[in-house]
Amino acid sequence: MSELSGLYAIWEREFKVFLREKSRMVATIINPLFWLFIFGGGLGSSFSVGGTNYQVFIYPGIIVMATLFSSIFYGAYIVWDKKLDFLKEVLVAPLSRTTIFLGKVLGGVTDALIQASIIMLIAPLFGIGFGWNLALIYLVLFVLITGLVSIGLIVGSLMESPEGFGLIISFINFPLFFLSGALYPLDNLPTWLNVITRLNPATYGVDAIRGLMLGTSEFSIMFDFILLCMFSLALIVIGTFAFRRMKL
Amino acid sequence: MLIEVKGLTKRFGDFTAVDSINLSIKEGEVFGLLGPNGAGKTTTLHMLATLLKPTDGIALVNGYDVVKQSDDVRKSIGIVFQEPSSDDLLTGYENLRLHALMYGVPQANLRKKIHEVLELVDLVDRKDDQVKKYSGGMRRRLEIARGLLHHPKILFLDEPTLGLDPQTREHMWKYIEDLVKKKKITIIITTHYMEEADRLCDRIAIIDHGKTVVIDSPEKLKSELGGDIVSMKIRKPNLKAIGKLRYVKKIDRTNGVVLLTVENANKNLPEILKTIGSVESVELHSPTLNDVFLHFTGRQLREEQAEGGFWERATTYKVRR
Repeated sequence: MSELSGLYAIWEREFKVFLREKSRMVATIINPLFWLFIFGGGLGSSFSVGGTNYQVFIYPGIIVMATLFSSIFYGAYIVWDKKLDFLKEVLVAPLSRTTIFLGKVLGGVTDALIQASIIMLIAPLFGIGFGWNLALIYLVLFVLITGLVSIGLIVGSLMESPEGFGLIISFINFPLFFLSGALYPLDNLPTWLNVITRLNPATYGVDAIRGLMLGTSEFSIMFDFILLCMFSLALIVIGTFAFRRMKL
Repeated sequence: MLIEVKGLTKRFGDFTAVDSINLSIKEGEVFGLLGPNGAGKTTTLHMLATLLKPTDGIALVNGYDVVKQSDDVRKSIGIVFQEPSSDDLLTGYENLRLHALMYGVPQANLRKKIHEVLELVDLVDRKDDQVKKYSGGMRRRLEIARGLLHHPKILFLDEPTLGLDPQTREHMWKYIEDLVKKKKITIIITTHYMEEADRLCDRIAIIDHGKTVVIDSPEKLKSELGGDIVSMKIRKPNLKAIGKLRYVKKIDRTNGVVLLTVENANKNLPEILKTIGSVESVELHSPTLNDVFLHFTGRQLREEQAEGGFWERATTYKVRR
Protein backbone atom coordinates (compact mmCIF):
# COMPACT_ATOMS: atom_id res chain seq x y z
CA MET A 1 0.00 0.00 0.00
CA SER A 2 2.81 2.38 0.81
CA GLU A 3 4.27 1.72 -2.64
CA LEU A 4 1.08 3.03 -4.21
CA SER A 5 0.85 6.11 -2.01
CA GLY A 6 4.57 6.62 -2.60
CA LEU A 7 4.02 6.50 -6.35
CA TYR A 8 1.27 9.08 -5.98
CA ALA A 9 3.45 11.24 -3.70
CA ILE A 10 6.30 11.37 -6.20
CA TRP A 11 3.93 12.20 -9.04
CA GLU A 12 2.21 14.87 -6.97
CA ARG A 13 5.49 16.57 -6.16
CA GLU A 14 6.53 16.62 -9.82
CA PHE A 15 3.19 18.06 -10.80
CA LYS A 16 3.30 20.81 -8.18
CA VAL A 17 6.81 21.78 -9.21
CA PHE A 18 5.72 21.82 -12.85
CA LEU A 19 2.86 24.20 -12.06
CA ARG A 20 5.17 26.47 -10.09
CA GLU A 21 7.82 26.70 -12.77
CA LYS A 22 6.02 28.73 -15.40
CA SER A 23 9.14 29.25 -17.48
CA ARG A 24 9.34 25.51 -18.11
CA MET A 25 5.93 25.49 -19.71
CA VAL A 26 6.36 28.68 -21.71
CA ALA A 27 9.67 27.60 -23.25
CA THR A 28 8.39 24.23 -24.40
CA ILE A 29 5.30 25.77 -25.98
CA ILE A 30 6.83 28.77 -27.72
CA ASN A 31 9.46 26.66 -29.46
CA PRO A 32 7.03 24.41 -31.39
CA LEU A 33 5.01 27.46 -32.40
CA PHE A 34 8.10 28.91 -34.05
CA TRP A 35 8.56 25.73 -36.03
CA LEU A 36 4.94 25.60 -36.98
CA PHE A 37 4.46 29.18 -38.07
CA ILE A 38 7.89 30.29 -39.25
CA PHE A 39 9.41 27.11 -40.65
CA GLY A 40 6.09 25.54 -41.63
CA GLY A 41 4.59 28.80 -42.82
CA GLY A 42 7.69 29.70 -44.84
CA LEU A 43 8.11 26.36 -46.59
CA GLY A 44 4.38 25.82 -46.84
CA SER A 45 3.99 28.92 -48.97
CA SER A 46 6.02 27.19 -51.73
CA PHE A 47 5.02 23.55 -51.59
CA SER A 48 2.75 20.89 -50.21
CA VAL A 49 3.01 17.15 -49.51
CA GLY A 50 0.71 14.93 -51.55
CA GLY A 51 -1.89 17.64 -51.77
CA THR A 52 -1.69 18.45 -48.05
CA ASN A 53 -0.53 21.93 -47.10
CA TYR A 54 3.00 21.63 -45.65
CA GLN A 55 2.06 23.41 -42.43
CA VAL A 56 -0.77 20.96 -41.90
CA PHE A 57 1.52 18.05 -42.83
CA ILE A 58 4.09 18.88 -40.15
CA TYR A 59 1.52 19.73 -37.47
CA PRO A 60 1.41 16.19 -36.01
CA GLY A 61 5.21 16.05 -36.23
CA ILE A 62 5.52 19.29 -34.29
CA ILE A 63 3.33 17.92 -31.53
CA VAL A 64 5.64 14.93 -31.29
CA MET A 65 8.63 17.26 -31.36
CA ALA A 66 7.28 19.31 -28.46
CA THR A 67 6.67 16.21 -26.37
CA LEU A 68 9.96 14.66 -27.43
CA PHE A 69 12.05 17.62 -26.30
CA SER A 70 10.26 18.19 -23.05
CA SER A 71 10.09 14.46 -22.23
CA ILE A 72 13.77 13.83 -22.68
CA PHE A 73 14.75 17.09 -21.05
CA TYR A 74 12.69 16.06 -18.05
CA GLY A 75 15.58 13.74 -17.12
CA ALA A 76 17.53 16.86 -16.09
CA TYR A 77 15.37 17.13 -13.00
CA ILE A 78 16.70 13.88 -11.61
CA VAL A 79 20.18 15.38 -11.97
CA TRP A 80 18.94 18.42 -10.07
CA ASP A 81 17.41 16.23 -7.41
CA LYS A 82 20.85 14.71 -6.93
CA LYS A 83 22.49 18.11 -6.73
CA LEU A 84 19.91 19.47 -4.32
CA ASP A 85 20.24 16.31 -2.23
CA PHE A 86 16.50 15.85 -2.48
CA LEU A 87 17.18 12.47 -4.04
CA LYS A 88 18.65 11.22 -0.76
CA GLU A 89 15.34 11.86 0.94
CA VAL A 90 13.57 9.82 -1.74
CA LEU A 91 16.10 6.99 -1.81
CA VAL A 92 16.07 6.53 1.95
CA ALA A 93 12.28 6.11 1.95
CA PRO A 94 11.00 2.54 2.18
CA LEU A 95 10.01 2.48 -1.49
CA SER A 96 11.28 0.21 -4.25
CA ARG A 97 13.38 1.81 -6.95
CA THR A 98 10.76 0.67 -9.47
CA THR A 99 8.14 2.77 -7.71
CA ILE A 100 10.43 5.76 -7.62
CA PHE A 101 11.17 5.38 -11.31
CA LEU A 102 7.51 4.97 -12.27
CA GLY A 103 6.50 7.97 -10.16
CA LYS A 104 9.06 10.07 -11.98
CA VAL A 105 7.90 8.74 -15.34
CA LEU A 106 4.28 9.60 -14.59
CA GLY A 107 5.35 13.11 -13.58
CA GLY A 108 7.14 13.59 -16.89
CA VAL A 109 4.27 12.11 -18.89
CA THR A 110 1.85 14.52 -17.24
CA ASP A 111 4.05 17.53 -18.08
CA ALA A 112 4.44 16.49 -21.69
CA LEU A 113 0.75 15.67 -22.16
CA ILE A 114 -0.24 19.09 -20.86
CA GLN A 115 2.16 20.72 -23.31
CA ALA A 116 0.85 18.60 -26.19
CA SER A 117 -2.71 19.52 -25.24
CA ILE A 118 -1.95 23.22 -25.40
CA ILE A 119 -0.50 22.88 -28.89
CA MET A 120 -3.48 20.77 -29.93
CA LEU A 121 -5.75 23.64 -28.98
CA ILE A 122 -4.70 25.53 -32.10
CA ALA A 123 -5.54 22.62 -34.44
CA PRO A 124 -8.70 24.36 -35.73
CA LEU A 125 -6.46 27.11 -37.16
CA PHE A 126 -5.19 24.51 -39.64
CA GLY A 127 -8.60 23.06 -40.25
CA ILE A 128 -7.77 19.89 -38.32
CA GLY A 129 -10.46 18.25 -36.23
CA PHE A 130 -9.92 15.17 -34.05
CA GLY A 131 -13.41 13.88 -33.31
CA TRP A 132 -13.37 10.60 -31.42
CA ASN A 133 -9.79 10.02 -32.52
CA LEU A 134 -8.73 12.37 -29.73
CA ALA A 135 -8.81 9.51 -27.22
CA LEU A 136 -6.60 7.40 -29.50
CA ILE A 137 -4.22 10.32 -30.04
CA TYR A 138 -3.79 10.61 -26.27
CA LEU A 139 -3.27 6.88 -25.99
CA VAL A 140 -0.49 6.96 -28.61
CA LEU A 141 1.08 10.04 -27.02
CA PHE A 142 0.94 8.42 -23.60
CA VAL A 143 2.81 5.34 -24.77
CA LEU A 144 5.34 7.30 -26.82
CA ILE A 145 6.03 9.81 -24.05
CA THR A 146 6.47 7.06 -21.46
CA GLY A 147 9.35 5.70 -23.52
CA LEU A 148 10.87 9.11 -24.17
CA VAL A 149 10.68 10.22 -20.53
CA SER A 150 12.39 6.96 -19.62
CA ILE A 151 15.26 7.79 -21.98
CA GLY A 152 15.73 11.14 -20.23
CA LEU A 153 15.59 9.58 -16.78
CA ILE A 154 18.05 6.84 -17.70
CA VAL A 155 20.56 9.39 -18.97
CA GLY A 156 19.85 11.58 -15.96
CA SER A 157 20.43 8.71 -13.52
CA LEU A 158 23.92 8.29 -14.97
CA MET A 159 24.92 11.96 -14.97
CA GLU A 160 26.34 14.06 -12.18
CA SER A 161 25.94 17.54 -13.60
CA PRO A 162 23.10 19.27 -15.46
CA GLU A 163 25.63 20.56 -18.00
CA GLY A 164 26.76 17.04 -18.83
CA PHE A 165 23.16 15.99 -19.14
CA GLY A 166 22.39 18.85 -21.55
CA LEU A 167 25.32 17.85 -23.74
CA ILE A 168 24.33 14.19 -23.95
CA ILE A 169 20.67 14.76 -24.69
CA SER A 170 21.36 17.20 -27.51
CA PHE A 171 22.92 14.20 -29.27
CA ILE A 172 19.73 12.24 -28.65
CA ASN A 173 17.05 14.87 -29.22
CA PHE A 174 17.99 16.15 -32.65
CA PRO A 175 18.51 12.82 -34.42
CA LEU A 176 15.26 11.53 -32.96
CA PHE A 177 13.45 14.60 -34.25
CA PHE A 178 15.04 15.10 -37.68
CA LEU A 179 15.00 11.39 -38.51
CA SER A 180 11.39 10.85 -37.53
CA GLY A 181 9.46 11.93 -40.59
CA ALA A 182 8.10 14.87 -38.63
CA LEU A 183 9.24 17.28 -41.35
CA TYR A 184 9.10 15.09 -44.49
CA PRO A 185 7.15 12.12 -45.84
CA LEU A 186 8.80 8.69 -45.62
CA ASP A 187 7.84 7.25 -49.01
CA ASN A 188 10.61 8.73 -51.20
CA LEU A 189 13.65 8.60 -48.94
CA PRO A 190 17.08 7.35 -50.07
CA THR A 191 17.79 3.89 -48.67
CA TRP A 192 20.21 4.89 -45.88
CA LEU A 193 17.80 7.49 -44.55
CA ASN A 194 14.94 5.06 -44.90
CA VAL A 195 16.75 2.51 -42.74
CA ILE A 196 17.58 5.00 -40.03
CA THR A 197 14.10 6.47 -39.83
CA ARG A 198 12.65 3.00 -39.47
CA LEU A 199 14.93 2.33 -36.51
CA ASN A 200 13.75 5.52 -34.83
CA PRO A 201 10.86 4.96 -32.42
CA ALA A 202 9.69 8.56 -32.81
CA THR A 203 8.93 7.77 -36.47
CA TYR A 204 6.08 5.48 -35.42
CA GLY A 205 4.74 8.10 -33.03
CA VAL A 206 4.67 10.72 -35.77
CA ASP A 207 3.16 8.26 -38.22
CA ALA A 208 0.41 7.12 -35.87
CA ILE A 209 -0.56 10.63 -34.87
CA ARG A 210 -0.49 11.84 -38.45
CA GLY A 211 -2.70 8.91 -39.35
CA LEU A 212 -5.14 9.75 -36.58
CA MET A 213 -5.18 13.48 -37.34
CA LEU A 214 -4.89 13.65 -41.11
CA GLY A 215 -5.89 10.16 -42.20
CA THR A 216 -2.60 9.50 -44.02
CA SER A 217 0.03 7.19 -42.58
CA GLU A 218 2.93 5.17 -43.93
CA PHE A 219 2.29 2.13 -41.73
CA SER A 220 -0.91 0.84 -40.19
CA ILE A 221 -1.71 2.64 -36.97
CA MET A 222 -1.95 -0.68 -35.16
CA PHE A 223 1.56 -1.55 -36.29
CA ASP A 224 2.83 1.83 -35.06
CA PHE A 225 1.11 1.36 -31.75
CA ILE A 226 2.47 -2.12 -31.12
CA LEU A 227 6.01 -0.98 -31.88
CA LEU A 228 5.61 2.00 -29.55
CA CYS A 229 4.37 -0.26 -26.77
CA MET A 230 7.41 -2.50 -27.19
CA PHE A 231 9.71 0.51 -27.21
CA SER A 232 8.23 1.94 -24.02
CA LEU A 233 8.14 -1.36 -22.19
CA ALA A 234 11.77 -2.02 -23.01
CA LEU A 235 12.76 1.40 -21.73
CA ILE A 236 10.78 1.02 -18.52
CA VAL A 237 12.67 -2.20 -17.86
CA ILE A 238 16.02 -0.54 -18.60
CA GLY A 239 15.01 2.50 -16.54
CA THR A 240 14.10 0.44 -13.50
CA PHE A 241 17.45 -1.27 -13.78
CA ALA A 242 19.25 2.07 -14.14
CA PHE A 243 17.50 3.43 -11.03
CA ARG A 244 18.46 0.36 -9.05
CA ARG A 245 22.08 0.94 -9.92
CA MET A 246 21.94 4.68 -9.34
CA LYS A 247 24.29 5.93 -6.66
CA LEU A 248 24.19 9.17 -4.77
CA MET B 1 20.86 -3.53 21.58
CA LEU B 2 19.00 -1.37 19.11
CA ILE B 3 22.01 -1.00 16.86
CA GLU B 4 24.73 -3.59 16.60
CA VAL B 5 27.70 -3.02 14.34
CA LYS B 6 30.54 -5.49 13.84
CA GLY B 7 33.60 -4.94 11.71
CA LEU B 8 31.80 -2.42 9.51
CA THR B 9 34.09 -1.34 6.69
CA LYS B 10 33.73 0.86 3.62
CA ARG B 11 36.40 1.18 0.99
CA PHE B 12 36.29 3.52 -2.00
CA GLY B 13 38.93 2.11 -4.32
CA ASP B 14 42.17 2.18 -2.35
CA PHE B 15 40.83 4.54 0.27
CA THR B 16 39.38 3.04 3.43
CA ALA B 17 36.80 5.50 4.71
CA VAL B 18 35.50 3.32 7.52
CA ASP B 19 37.83 0.73 8.95
CA SER B 20 36.26 -2.15 10.84
CA ILE B 21 34.09 -0.25 13.28
CA ASN B 22 32.26 -1.92 16.19
CA LEU B 23 29.37 -0.23 17.95
CA SER B 24 26.46 -1.25 20.14
CA ILE B 25 23.85 1.35 20.88
CA LYS B 26 21.10 0.92 23.45
CA GLU B 27 17.48 1.91 23.11
CA GLY B 28 16.77 5.45 24.32
CA GLU B 29 20.37 6.51 24.10
CA VAL B 30 21.75 9.66 22.52
CA PHE B 31 24.90 8.43 20.88
CA GLY B 32 27.50 10.67 19.28
CA LEU B 33 30.01 9.96 16.56
CA LEU B 34 32.69 12.55 17.15
CA GLY B 35 35.61 13.21 14.88
CA PRO B 36 37.19 15.60 12.41
CA ASN B 37 35.95 16.04 8.86
CA GLY B 38 36.69 13.03 6.71
CA ALA B 39 36.95 10.72 9.72
CA GLY B 40 34.21 8.50 8.29
CA LYS B 41 31.25 9.62 10.42
CA THR B 42 28.87 10.40 7.57
CA THR B 43 29.93 7.30 5.66
CA THR B 44 29.12 5.21 8.73
CA LEU B 45 25.76 6.92 9.05
CA HIS B 46 24.96 6.37 5.38
CA MET B 47 25.71 2.69 5.74
CA LEU B 48 23.43 2.43 8.77
CA ALA B 49 20.73 4.26 6.80
CA THR B 50 21.11 1.82 3.85
CA LEU B 51 22.26 4.54 1.45
CA LEU B 52 25.68 2.95 1.05
CA LYS B 53 26.54 -0.72 0.90
CA PRO B 54 29.24 -1.78 3.35
CA THR B 55 32.33 -3.36 1.82
CA ASP B 56 32.58 -5.64 4.80
CA GLY B 57 31.10 -6.31 8.21
CA ILE B 58 27.62 -6.50 9.66
CA ALA B 59 25.25 -3.80 10.84
CA LEU B 60 21.92 -4.53 12.50
CA VAL B 61 19.56 -1.60 12.96
CA ASN B 62 16.48 -2.30 15.06
CA GLY B 63 17.37 -5.96 14.59
CA TYR B 64 17.36 -5.74 10.79
CA ASP B 65 20.36 -6.28 8.56
CA VAL B 66 21.14 -3.08 6.59
CA VAL B 67 21.96 -5.03 3.43
CA LYS B 68 19.45 -7.88 3.43
CA GLN B 69 16.51 -6.15 5.11
CA SER B 70 17.05 -2.59 3.95
CA ASP B 71 13.32 -1.89 3.63
CA ASP B 72 12.67 -2.78 7.27
CA VAL B 73 15.65 -0.70 8.31
CA ARG B 74 14.32 2.29 6.37
CA LYS B 75 10.95 2.00 8.07
CA SER B 76 12.63 2.03 11.48
CA ILE B 77 14.75 5.12 10.98
CA GLY B 78 14.44 8.83 10.34
CA ILE B 79 17.41 10.75 9.04
CA VAL B 80 18.34 14.41 8.84
CA PHE B 81 21.11 14.85 6.33
CA GLN B 82 24.02 17.19 6.60
CA GLU B 83 22.88 18.99 3.45
CA PRO B 84 19.35 20.34 3.16
CA SER B 85 17.30 17.78 1.27
CA SER B 86 13.84 19.27 1.16
CA ASP B 87 12.36 20.58 -2.09
CA ASP B 88 12.55 24.35 -1.88
CA LEU B 89 9.75 24.91 -4.39
CA LEU B 90 7.32 23.09 -2.14
CA THR B 91 5.99 24.53 1.09
CA GLY B 92 6.99 23.14 4.45
CA TYR B 93 3.64 21.41 4.71
CA GLU B 94 3.94 19.90 1.25
CA ASN B 95 7.41 18.54 1.99
CA LEU B 96 6.04 16.83 5.08
CA ARG B 97 3.03 15.51 3.16
CA LEU B 98 5.32 14.07 0.51
CA HIS B 99 7.37 12.36 3.19
CA ALA B 100 4.32 10.98 4.98
CA LEU B 101 2.93 9.49 1.76
CA MET B 102 6.24 7.91 0.86
CA TYR B 103 6.37 6.27 4.27
CA GLY B 104 2.80 5.04 4.03
CA VAL B 105 1.40 7.15 6.87
CA PRO B 106 -2.39 6.57 6.58
CA GLN B 107 -4.29 9.40 4.84
CA ALA B 108 -6.82 9.53 7.70
CA ASN B 109 -4.58 11.15 10.29
CA LEU B 110 -2.08 12.73 7.91
CA ARG B 111 -3.02 16.30 8.77
CA LYS B 112 -2.93 15.65 12.48
CA LYS B 113 0.48 13.99 12.33
CA ILE B 114 1.97 16.75 10.22
CA HIS B 115 0.58 19.37 12.56
CA GLU B 116 2.04 17.50 15.51
CA VAL B 117 5.60 17.55 14.22
CA LEU B 118 5.26 21.14 12.98
CA GLU B 119 4.35 22.14 16.49
CA LEU B 120 7.31 20.28 17.90
CA VAL B 121 9.73 22.38 15.85
CA ASP B 122 7.74 25.62 16.03
CA LEU B 123 6.96 25.96 12.35
CA VAL B 124 3.16 25.92 12.36
CA ASP B 125 2.76 29.52 11.24
CA ARG B 126 5.28 29.12 8.40
CA LYS B 127 3.95 25.84 7.07
CA ASP B 128 2.47 27.32 3.90
CA ASP B 129 5.60 29.23 2.87
CA GLN B 130 7.85 27.79 0.20
CA VAL B 131 10.97 26.31 1.73
CA LYS B 132 13.17 28.67 -0.31
CA LYS B 133 11.89 31.44 1.97
CA TYR B 134 13.10 29.63 5.09
CA SER B 135 16.27 30.48 6.98
CA GLY B 136 18.95 27.81 7.43
CA GLY B 137 17.80 27.07 10.96
CA MET B 138 14.14 26.81 9.98
CA ARG B 139 14.99 24.48 7.18
CA ARG B 140 16.98 22.27 9.51
CA ARG B 141 14.05 22.21 11.92
CA LEU B 142 11.68 21.30 9.12
CA GLU B 143 13.90 18.39 8.23
CA ILE B 144 14.02 17.23 11.83
CA ALA B 145 10.21 17.35 11.86
CA ARG B 146 10.23 15.35 8.66
CA GLY B 147 12.56 12.77 10.14
CA LEU B 148 10.12 12.25 13.02
CA LEU B 149 6.93 12.15 10.97
CA HIS B 150 6.73 8.38 10.54
CA HIS B 151 7.54 7.68 14.22
CA PRO B 152 10.93 6.08 13.69
CA LYS B 153 12.59 4.21 16.54
CA ILE B 154 15.90 5.75 15.66
CA LEU B 155 16.71 9.25 14.44
CA PHE B 156 20.01 9.97 12.70
CA LEU B 157 21.22 13.55 12.80
CA ASP B 158 24.20 14.25 10.57
CA GLU B 159 25.97 17.37 11.86
CA PRO B 160 22.71 18.93 13.02
CA THR B 161 24.13 22.38 13.72
CA LEU B 162 26.84 22.66 11.07
CA GLY B 163 26.87 26.13 9.57
CA LEU B 164 24.29 27.56 11.94
CA ASP B 165 25.03 30.72 13.89
CA PRO B 166 25.63 30.32 17.65
CA GLN B 167 22.17 31.51 18.62
CA THR B 168 20.40 29.16 16.24
CA ARG B 169 22.68 26.38 17.36
CA GLU B 170 21.65 26.94 20.97
CA HIS B 171 17.98 26.75 19.88
CA MET B 172 18.63 23.59 17.92
CA TRP B 173 20.19 21.95 20.96
CA LYS B 174 17.14 22.84 23.00
CA TYR B 175 14.90 21.27 20.36
CA ILE B 176 16.94 18.11 20.40
CA GLU B 177 16.95 17.96 24.20
CA ASP B 178 13.18 18.48 24.24
CA LEU B 179 12.80 15.77 21.69
CA VAL B 180 14.68 13.28 23.83
CA LYS B 181 12.41 14.10 26.78
CA LYS B 182 9.13 14.02 24.87
CA LYS B 183 9.66 11.24 22.37
CA LYS B 184 12.00 8.84 24.13
CA ILE B 185 13.63 8.18 20.82
CA THR B 186 17.12 6.82 20.18
CA ILE B 187 19.28 9.42 18.52
CA ILE B 188 22.58 9.05 16.71
CA ILE B 189 24.40 12.31 16.11
CA THR B 190 27.53 12.90 14.10
CA THR B 191 29.41 16.04 14.97
CA HIS B 192 32.81 17.61 15.05
CA TYR B 193 31.74 20.12 17.70
CA MET B 194 33.02 19.04 21.11
CA GLU B 195 30.51 21.24 22.85
CA GLU B 196 27.66 19.60 21.01
CA ALA B 197 28.76 16.07 21.82
CA ASP B 198 29.35 17.03 25.45
CA ARG B 199 25.97 18.62 25.86
CA LEU B 200 23.72 16.21 23.99
CA CYS B 201 25.24 12.76 24.10
CA ASP B 202 24.98 10.01 26.68
CA ARG B 203 27.88 8.23 25.08
CA ILE B 204 30.27 9.12 22.31
CA ALA B 205 32.56 7.26 19.99
CA ILE B 206 35.62 9.21 18.96
CA ILE B 207 36.36 8.38 15.37
CA ASP B 208 39.60 9.15 13.57
CA HIS B 209 40.79 7.89 10.19
CA GLY B 210 37.81 5.56 9.95
CA LYS B 211 38.46 3.84 13.25
CA THR B 212 36.81 4.11 16.64
CA VAL B 213 39.46 5.33 19.04
CA VAL B 214 37.40 5.10 22.20
CA ILE B 215 33.75 4.80 23.25
CA ASP B 216 32.37 6.05 26.56
CA SER B 217 30.32 8.75 28.23
CA PRO B 218 31.76 12.26 27.98
CA GLU B 219 32.14 12.42 31.77
CA LYS B 220 34.07 9.16 31.96
CA LEU B 221 36.29 10.13 29.09
CA LYS B 222 37.14 13.39 30.73
CA SER B 223 37.80 11.85 34.12
CA GLU B 224 39.94 9.22 32.46
CA LEU B 225 42.51 11.90 31.79
CA GLY B 226 43.09 11.76 35.52
CA GLY B 227 43.46 15.42 36.27
CA ASP B 228 43.17 19.00 35.13
CA ILE B 229 44.89 20.54 32.18
CA VAL B 230 47.62 23.09 32.64
CA SER B 231 48.66 24.77 29.43
CA MET B 232 51.68 27.02 29.40
CA LYS B 233 53.29 29.18 26.78
CA ILE B 234 57.00 28.77 27.25
CA ARG B 235 60.19 28.88 25.13
CA LYS B 236 62.56 26.58 27.02
CA PRO B 237 60.65 24.24 29.30
CA ASN B 238 62.57 22.07 31.70
CA LEU B 239 60.61 18.95 30.84
CA LYS B 240 63.08 16.61 32.50
CA ALA B 241 62.42 18.05 35.93
CA ILE B 242 58.66 18.16 35.26
CA GLY B 243 58.70 14.49 34.35
CA LYS B 244 59.98 13.68 37.81
CA LEU B 245 56.93 15.22 39.53
CA ARG B 246 54.61 12.37 40.53
CA TYR B 247 51.34 14.25 40.09
CA VAL B 248 52.04 15.08 36.42
CA LYS B 249 50.24 12.37 34.46
CA LYS B 250 50.97 13.35 30.91
CA ILE B 251 53.08 15.83 28.98
CA ASP B 252 52.17 17.07 25.50
CA ARG B 253 54.07 19.65 23.55
CA THR B 254 52.79 21.43 20.45
CA ASN B 255 54.35 24.52 18.88
CA GLY B 256 55.53 26.47 21.86
CA VAL B 257 52.75 25.31 24.15
CA VAL B 258 53.24 22.68 26.83
CA LEU B 259 50.16 20.81 28.00
CA LEU B 260 50.30 18.96 31.29
CA THR B 261 47.68 16.69 32.77
CA VAL B 262 47.97 17.28 36.48
CA GLU B 263 46.36 15.82 39.61
CA ASN B 264 45.21 18.44 42.12
CA ALA B 265 46.40 21.18 39.83
CA ASN B 266 45.16 23.97 42.11
CA LYS B 267 47.55 22.85 44.84
CA ASN B 268 50.46 21.83 42.67
CA LEU B 269 50.56 24.69 40.18
CA PRO B 270 53.09 26.83 42.09
CA GLU B 271 55.64 24.04 42.20
CA ILE B 272 55.18 23.35 38.50
CA LEU B 273 55.75 26.98 37.65
CA LYS B 274 58.88 27.03 39.80
CA THR B 275 60.22 23.90 38.15
CA ILE B 276 59.51 24.48 34.49
CA GLY B 277 61.29 27.77 33.97
CA SER B 278 60.11 31.22 32.93
CA VAL B 279 56.58 30.98 31.62
CA GLU B 280 54.98 33.59 29.33
CA SER B 281 51.41 32.68 30.17
CA VAL B 282 49.56 29.93 31.95
CA GLU B 283 46.04 28.55 31.85
CA LEU B 284 44.34 26.00 34.03
CA HIS B 285 41.10 24.24 33.14
CA SER B 286 39.20 21.06 33.80
CA PRO B 287 39.46 18.65 30.89
CA THR B 288 37.18 19.21 27.91
CA LEU B 289 36.36 16.77 25.18
CA ASN B 290 38.94 18.63 23.15
CA ASP B 291 41.59 17.47 25.61
CA VAL B 292 40.14 13.99 25.42
CA PHE B 293 40.47 14.04 21.68
CA LEU B 294 44.02 15.27 21.89
CA HIS B 295 44.80 12.63 24.48
CA PHE B 296 43.55 9.77 22.32
CA THR B 297 44.60 10.93 18.87
CA GLY B 298 47.55 13.19 19.56
CA ARG B 299 45.92 15.92 17.51
CA GLN B 300 43.78 18.96 18.15
CA LEU B 301 40.25 18.86 16.80
CA ARG B 302 39.76 22.19 15.14
CA GLU B 303 36.24 23.36 14.72
CA GLU B 304 36.78 25.59 11.72
CA GLN B 305 37.70 22.88 9.28
CA ALA B 306 34.17 22.04 8.25
CA GLU B 307 33.55 22.71 4.61
CA GLY B 308 30.93 22.04 2.02
CA GLY B 309 28.40 22.19 4.80
CA PHE B 310 24.80 23.09 5.09
CA TRP B 311 25.13 26.79 4.40
CA GLU B 312 27.26 26.52 1.34
CA ARG B 313 24.94 23.95 -0.15
CA ALA B 314 21.89 25.97 0.77
CA THR B 315 23.17 29.10 -0.92
CA THR B 316 25.03 27.63 -3.89
CA TYR B 317 22.27 25.48 -5.28
CA LYS B 318 19.30 27.66 -4.63
CA VAL B 319 19.00 28.57 -8.28
CA ARG B 320 17.79 25.77 -10.48
CA ARG B 321 15.45 24.88 -13.27
